[in-house]
Parts: sequence; structure tokens; C-alpha cells
Amino acid sequence: MENKASSHLLKYGRLVRPVAGTLIGLFLVWRLFTVLVIERNFSADTWVRFGLSGLILGGMYALIAIGYTLVYGIMFMINFAHGEVMMLGAFGGYFTFELLRYIPAATPENPDLNFLNAHPIISVILAFAVGIFVSATVGFFLEKIAYRPLRKAPRLILLITAIGASFFLQNLSMLAFGPQRKNIINPDILDRGTGWTLTISGNPVLISYTGVFSLVLSALLMIGLYILVMRTKLGRAMRAVAQDKNTAYLMGVDVDDVISKTFIISGVLAGAAGVMWDIHMGLVNHYVGFLPGIKAFTAAVMGGIGNIPGAMLGGMFLGILESLGPAALGIDFQLKDVIAFSILVLVLIVRPSGILGEKLSEEKL
Amino acid sequence: MMLKIDNLNVHYGAIHALQGISFELEKGEIVALIGANGAGKSTTLNTISGILRPREGSVLFQGQPIHEMPPQEIVRKGIVHVPEGRKIFPRMTVWENLEMGAYTQSDRATINRDIESAFERFSRLKERRNQVSGTLSGGEQQMLAIARGLMAHPTLLLLDEPSMGLSPILVEQIFDIIQDINEQGTSILLVEQNAQMALAIADRAYVLETGKIVMQGSGDELLENPSVIEAYLGGH
Repeated sequence: MENKASSHLLKYGRLVRPVAGTLIGLFLVWRLFTVLVIERNFSADTWVRFGLSGLILGGMYALIAIGYTLVYGIMFMINFAHGEVMMLGAFGGYFTFELLRYIPAATPENPDLNFLNAHPIISVILAFAVGIFVSATVGFFLEKIAYRPLRKAPRLILLITAIGASFFLQNLSMLAFGPQRKNIINPDILDRGTGWTLTISGNPVLISYTGVFSLVLSALLMIGLYILVMRTKLGRAMRAVAQDKNTAYLMGVDVDDVISKTFIISGVLAGAAGVMWDIHMGLVNHYVGFLPGIKAFTAAVMGGIGNIPGAMLGGMFLGILESLGPAALGIDFQLKDVIAFSILVLVLIVRPSGILGEKLSEEKL
Repeated sequence: MMLKIDNLNVHYGAIHALQGISFELEKGEIVALIGANGAGKSTTLNTISGILRPREGSVLFQGQPIHEMPPQEIVRKGIVHVPEGRKIFPRMTVWENLEMGAYTQSDRATINRDIESAFERFSRLKERRNQVSGTLSGGEQQMLAIARGLMAHPTLLLLDEPSMGLSPILVEQIFDIIQDINEQGTSILLVEQNAQMALAIADRAYVLETGKIVMQGSGDELLENPSVIEAYLGGH
């Protein structure tokens, strides 16, 4: 009897994916058809605006997602505190701007001038330097203090530790910086309302300097990371540790050192994303890393966790889907988070290995 | 004395895998460890290269104790371990695998020269230098594993089952290469299930049974020893 019941379960279990896939597919086609063909509430300029903000957001998600994927690739753990690493980098950028705003740099023509506006380029570079330094340092010590002692522990324990570290860092910064949201005041030339204006179907579309800056910087950092991983000795050692840790030891690789450096690199990218968040989004508090962190994790899973180009692609894709999704499906804009997490659930049901996911080898499982 | 193993005891949890083995290897020798599956041959190599820690006993390399060193430092001392099952990095190219072998080397010109001489010795690898090495055949993978090991300029090479899963012709080739490497001055500790081939090229050999050394002698002596013939050479 038991056997029969379980064989029924197996039979229906196999139907879950195609049935769920078809139902969701039909729902999406119906919604898209209604919105794009029947209702047509939005004109082209609106779609371009959504698309642009999606790209910019996607760049930040991608930078954070790479951190998840690098760490997973090398030690098969999900570093759920990674969003908090980004948040602390964002605070680093915020405090740099605040500090520079109080340094006077008066000129005869402009007695009220401060350093931030007198030297905007240097200020932005300093903000990135501080934010990146903070995140890289936090990443380094996070691994050293919280994860390294658990190197031989079961993976579930590491996962729970990471969630604990996430709450710890979040609450620590609430304690240190207060719970209220802080506005980030950019140098005037990077004011969030300035930029180039395009005219699309008779309406102006603002392409903000901060957005273009963020997008270009994300792209450069991703290219830089790709070169690091594919072309340098450290990158090769990282890939070697990811593919076969024991054999990496036999080549003379100091595996602990490579793991430390992987956390530092992840921190650098998260710190850069944090300062971009400052400059483009303009708000920071202790909670600002949590949702982007989980969404970047979603992006990394969507691209195939452990796969670097997958994380980049997944991040961009998620940013765009999240921006276009509510409009395209004709649902409330506040439901954009629902779209992101529905995607996570969908990917896990339909293709757990992700878009570019490699088949997990047995030693990874 | 290049390598001196004294009263080595290694445990896997409750299993007492090596029960006080002792042996030696002189500079320039090929020493073979033969024995059945599970006798402790690979465990011995893993302990020498630092992947496993002994509970008791010592490993002296050129007079210096190395059994408490981490594996990455043992490589720098000149002991290179080519593990069982080749263990090449499957998603790296042939060239990248060789670069990994040279991880401890810092002089770019030497590395490039070593890669060229690896390609001279293994011409198949040259043709496939940019191929992802997971797609190589078993024989090519074994050659890559050995070539990768040589990139670190070993004074002592630990070879674990280099003939595993290869056709007889390839086995001959691999053993020729091993002898050639030895003639150029590298000492070799060879672990093999193919006792016939191993004893034929070994200067000396030790027979392992369930974590203990039960016999030792020159390669030729053991080839003619009746109980070795009975147990490992499949004959009468």
C-alpha cells in the first residue's frame, strides 16, 4: 500500500513543473496582452524611463550578486550577511559626503563654498574609497570571526550563522547611527535632478548623471572582476579552490588566504554598490542593505549560483524585470518586490540550476 | 636520506588506517608502495603531502620534520603529490592547469620555459593547450596531471595510481615517462595496484596490507617472491 501511494506521489510530482509552468505562462501572456494591446496606459517614454531605472538598479544588484556567487563558488555557503556589507559601505559613503560638506573651501566669489562642491570629483572618489574600504574590511572580518571557525561544520550551521551575522550588523548600525533615514546630499553637479534630456513621443525623459555614472561604473567593475578572475594568478587560484579544494592545496595554494581575498573582493564590489546607492537613491539607514541583498541573492540564483557571468546577467535581468514588471503586468507598483521574489520561487521550481547554471558536480552537492 | 617515515599512525574517525608504518626513500630512487584497495597506500601519500595529519609518528624530508606543516608549504619544500584519479581542474584549460602547477613559482620566464618543455614531453597536450581539460581523454588527463606536477620542480614526486583506468599501451607510455623523469634526477614514490609494472621499474618496494608494511625488498626480489606473486601478480 505504501509503495502504491508513493508511486502516485511520484507520478503527480513529475507533473508539477510542466503544469505550474504552463499556468504561469498563460497568466503572463494574458496580462501582457491586456496591458500592451488592449489598455495601452503607458506611452513609449514611460517604458524607456522604467527600463533605464531598471538597468541602473540592475547594475547594483549585479555587483552585490557577484559577491554571493563568488563566496558560494568557493565555500558553498550563502553569505546572507552580504547585504549588510553593502549597507555599511553605503554608510561609509554617506559619512564621507557629510564630513566633506563641513570642510570650508571658500573663495572670494563664493564664501559659502565647501569642499564637496569645490572638488566634487575628489569627493566622489573619496566616498567610494571609504565605502569600499569599509565593506572590504567588514567582509574580511566577517569571514575571519564568524565563518572561519566553522570551516568543518555542516553547511546548515554556516547558513544560520550568516543570517545571525546579518541581524547583528543591521542592529549594530541601528544602534550606532540611529534608525531614522538619512538623506544623502550629493555634490551639486551630481544632483539627482540633473542630466541629459531625451524627447520620446513628445515627452521629456531625463537620463540622470547619477544613473549613467552608476551604470558605467558597475560595468567597469564587472569587466575588472572578470579580468581578475580569468586572467590573474589570484583568479586562477580562486577558480582552483572552487573546483577542487584538496587539489588546490596540492598545488601550493594557501586556501584560507584565497577565501579571505574572495571576501575582500566581494566586499569591494558591495561597497561600490553601496556608494552608488547613496549617490543615485539618496537615502541610507540600517535597513538599506537587506532588500537589495536578498534580491541580489535572487539574481545570483537566477543566473546559476556559483557562475559569475550568471550573477551579472541575473542582476541586470532582475533590475529590469522589477522596474518593468508592475507596469507590464498592470499591477500595483508597490508589488515590485513580489515580482522579484516570485521569480526566485519560479526559478527554484522550474530550473534550480539557474539560467547559466552548470550542472552541480557531485562533490559540490 | 631524502624521505624517512617513522611509525606513522593515521586515523579516519574510528578507523585506524595506518598502523605504525616506517619506510625510507634515498635520493634518486623509485620506491613503490603496492597493496590491495584500502591497504593505506593513498593514505600514506596524503599524509606525506599534508592533506592528512598523523596522530603519531613522523615524516622527515631531507632531515626536517614536515608532518605538521600545511600542504601548501610542503609543496614549497619540493614534494609534489599527483593525486589518485588525476584531479585536474576540469573547467580550466590545459594551459591554465599547468599554470596552477607552477603556482609556487614566481619567475615568469622559468614558467614559460617549463610549459614549453611540458609540451615537448607531452605533444598531445600542446595540441590541446586551449581545450577545457575536463574534455580530455583519460590518458591525456593523466599526462596533464603529471606535467602539472612537474611544473613545481619537485625533488620528490608522489604518484598515486598513475595507471588507473588506462589501456595497456598507455600504461607502458606512462611508466616510460616516470622512468624518464626519474633519470633526470627526481626521486619518486609510486603507489600502484598494477604491481607488475610498478615492481619492474622500482628500485625498492614495500607491500602494504591493512595499514601495515608486511614485506619489503628490491623490485626484482619482490617480483620473484612467491607470496607477492600469489597475492598481487595474479599468478602461480
